[in-house]
Formats: sequence, C-alpha cells, structure tokens
Amino acid sequence: METAVLDNRTIELDKDGNLANRDDWNENIAQEFANMEGVGELNERHWIVINFMRKEFDAKGDAPSIRKLTKESGVSTKELYALFPKGPAKKAAKIAGLPKPKGCI
Amino acid sequence: MMKRIVILGAGTAGTIMANKLRKALKPGDWSITIVDKEETHYYQPGFLFIPFGIYGKQDVIKPKRQFFPKNIEVIISEIDRIAPDVNKVYLQNADALDYDFLVVATGTEICPEEIEGMKEELWHKSIFDFYTLEGAMALADFLKTWEGGKLVLNIAEMPIKCPVAPLEFLFLADDFFRKKNMRDKVDITLVTPLDAAFTKPIAARELGDFMEKKGINIVTEFNIGRVENEEKKIVSWDEREVEFDLLVTIPTNMGIKAIERSEMGDELNFIPTDKHTLQSNGWENVFVIGDATDLPSSKAGSVAHFQADILFENMMSAIAGKPLEANFDGHANCFIESGGGKGLLIDFNYETEPLPGKFPFPGIGPFALLKETRMNHLGKMGFRWLYWNMLIKGRDLPLEPHMSMAGKYIPEEEAETV
Repeated sequence: METAVLDNRTIELDKDGNLANRDDWNENIAQEFANMEGVGELNERHWIVINFMRKEFDAKGDAPSIRKLTKESGVSTKELYALFPKGPAKKAAKIAGLPKPKGCI
Repeated sequence: MMKRIVILGAGTAGTIMANKLRKALKPGDWSITIVDKEETHYYQPGFLFIPFGIYGKQDVIKPKRQFFPKNIEVIISEIDRIAPDVNKVYLQNADALDYDFLVVATGTEICPEEIEGMKEELWHKSIFDFYTLEGAMALADFLKTWEGGKLVLNIAEMPIKCPVAPLEFLFLADDFFRKKNMRDKVDITLVTPLDAAFTKPIAARELGDFMEKKGINIVTEFNIGRVENEEKKIVSWDEREVEFDLLVTIPTNMGIKAIERSEMGDELNFIPTDKHTLQSNGWENVFVIGDATDLPSSKAGSVAHFQADILFENMMSAIAGKPLEANFDGHANCFIESGGGKGLLIDFNYETEPLPGKFPFPGIGPFALLKETRMNHLGKMGFRWLYWNMLIKGRDLPLEPHMSMAGKYIPEEEAETV
C-alpha cells in the first residue's frame, strides 16, 4: 500500500494514488491534491464541483460522470475543463477524496 | 381474469423474452404484447462487416415476425411514454396498454447530435457511423473509392454498445487496406476517452500490443467537444486537435427518448436497474434487460442473452409471488475480429476481467481466450447462424448464464494485483 504525506500526516493511498480511506479527507488535503494535479488554488467554482461529487458519491456509491456533473451541478462542460484541465471527472474525484470513477465498459 | 405482460422493444433481448415467457405461460392466463417501432430485425454484430464489403444489407436483416412465438400480440408503433405509477404505456399510434408486468428492452441508440458539429455538412460524406445500417452502408460506398489519408476512429463517450467493436473495426480496416495494397496511404488512429485501448487492464494490454503491431496509433483521454467541419478536425474539451480525412465516429449512446419523456432514466436515459435481479429500482413490476439498463456490464447481445435466462427465472418468481432469487453476474462473452481471418474471444463478468484460457471446455476449447486464432474467427462468423436459428428464439445454447472460472488462468505477473 502506498502512502503520502498530506496535511502533515502520513496517509494511505489506493493504487490510483487516490485516498484509500475517505475519512482521511479534509479541505487542506483537497488543496494539496489540487496542487499536485496542476489545478492550483481552489476557488468557489471548484468547490461547487467537489461538493457535488461528494454528495453524489454518498448517494450512489460512485463518482458522477461528466455528463451528470454538467447536467446537475450548474457548471458547463467548458468550464469544467477550465477548472480541472485534462480530465475533470478523474481529477475532481481525487481532490474530493474519492476513488477514481469506475468508468464504464 | 386474464393478465398481461407488455414487452417494449423487439430486438435481441425483447424477442428472447417473448419466446421464453410464451413457452412458460398459458395463453388463457397471460396475454403477451410486444411493441417495436419497426418490422425489421437487425443482426447488429454484422454491421461491423458491412463497410468492408464482407456483408451486405441482406446478410443482416430479417422480418421480426419470423422470430416471434404464436399467440402474442405484436404492435408496430413508436412508444410515446410509460406511466409506471399507473401501469400504462402510451403509444404514438394512440393506443394505451395496461400491464401487470412490464419488460423494457428498448436498447440504446447513437446520438451524433449530442456533439457540436457532428451532424452537419460532413455527415455521411467524410464522417460516418457504423452502428446503424445506413451509416455502415454509406461508409461501404465511401471506402470503395477512397484513395487514402487520415482515418480517425473516435469514441465520443462511454458507455457504448459493444465496446470491442471500435477495435475490431480498426483491425478489419488495417486488413482491408493491406489487401487493397494501399495500407501505406492510410494513417489509422484511435482517439478514445479511455486511458488505453480497452476498459479492462489485461485485455487492454493484449489489444494495445495488437494495435502497435498493426501500426495503429492511439490518442487517449480525448473527450470530444466539437467537430470543425471546414478544417476537418475534432477538438477535445481541453482544446487538443486531431485532423481527419475520414472520421468514423462512435457517437454518444443513449437510451430512447421515450425513457426521457417517462422520466425513468438517468442522464443518458438508461434505466436504474438492480444489477443482480434486473428489476427496475423504481417499480416492482417493471423489469429492464439489455442495453436499456444502467448496469455496469457491457452493452452487447451476449449480455442480453445471459440476462434473459436470469430475468425469465425472476419473472416467473414474481408472477408466483415469490422472492427474486436468480442473480445476474455481469457475464459477457465477445468474439473480437482481429483481421486476416483470425479472432480473439473474451469472457468476463462484473468481478473478473477477461483472462486467457480455453472456452467453453477447460483445456480443450475449441476457442482460445484472449488469444488470436482462426477458430475464434470461425466462431464469430458461425455465430450469425446460431443467432438467427437458436438464440433469439429463446432456445437453450450450451452456454451457462453465469461466468465460469474453469479453463481460465491469471497471468503470473498479474496474479498479485488481481
């Protein structure tokens, strides 16, 4: 199991480098992940997406698709890619402390 | 009093269910009504072969009525909407059908209009789909005289029907241009939203090697935002560009509009369904099968066929007022045409990704899993006969609905992580 030092603690990560345990998450860790992913300083718009993802995950057990995000969070696809360049679903999930979205087969 | 089952959709899943249910339920007790928008049954796995002139139109169509059992009511109409709270289906021909049980088998359709610029001046001129008969036929015409250039195959977003079909298309294209002595004039590229050639790691590696051997390029994590018709390029949401001379698109796949009108679907009009029992999450007497579900299984005929065994059992339980005990495990089984008269076979479920081995008889085969053989190709071509003559008539095939680990092995380097 991999670990990383985040928010001055040693924290377990899963095989994709996302948090192994959701309980470890807090806003500082979110910001540190955002820095690692090249997203930068998290603003109000980022937080709309992050909070939406956390809420969806609690309800459904999986992170929402980009289509669902744009349909229900009020953030357009264009803006989503501007906020989380190159892979909003994956990056926002990591920052939100969730596992990598399962994706479909 | 006579009770009624309504089946919406007479494709692979709906037709199998009609046959199974009619055989088991007395016509005096249960009436069965099946609804579809058209009279023609399409052998969809055959669409793949049409662009390359291997199959023609006549190879993939037959009248639906040829496959229905006796003593069912057949209605040809578009569906307007379902009203599941009052057990009613409204049709566009103005009929309203009451039901005791409903089976939704309305499938998925391609929605090129979901992508900006896709269905404009280049549509069916330099941009083609092969998930419809019209698209596949138009592409066949185009390829007859095409002199080469950049062939780009783009998957718009997941999930799509038959996730291996795009790869098969590329392998067959490679073969097609080689035989025409023009492979050096065609640059072939797969542009995919996934991070590899396929969704499942072991198979993705195997198929990725294949692509490399055949000189097929891959652009990953590309989420298409729009098509620029004038400059002939596709542009991702993060502004990466890929130019094309010929664009073969797998557009967004969605459930039919009637599901949206009925407010029964998710953001792609797929119906939230219990992944084991196939009962809809919303309504006890509504069952969903095949591509119409939101299940995390592949959208494919083999899946619909395995689901049909499970759903039949559960509907018989529901009719008898018993708990639903049959469990679908996500089983899929797909032949992958790899070109040059060879093919691969993959067999997997929710829990187990495609593994190497022999199928269906351990150690014997005759089919080899995740390995390119001539026998697998013959299996794929022979399957059409099986489909028309056995499968959609609901006859038993020597295939278990549940996936079996017998005959499969986990490659050593993978054993630790799987």
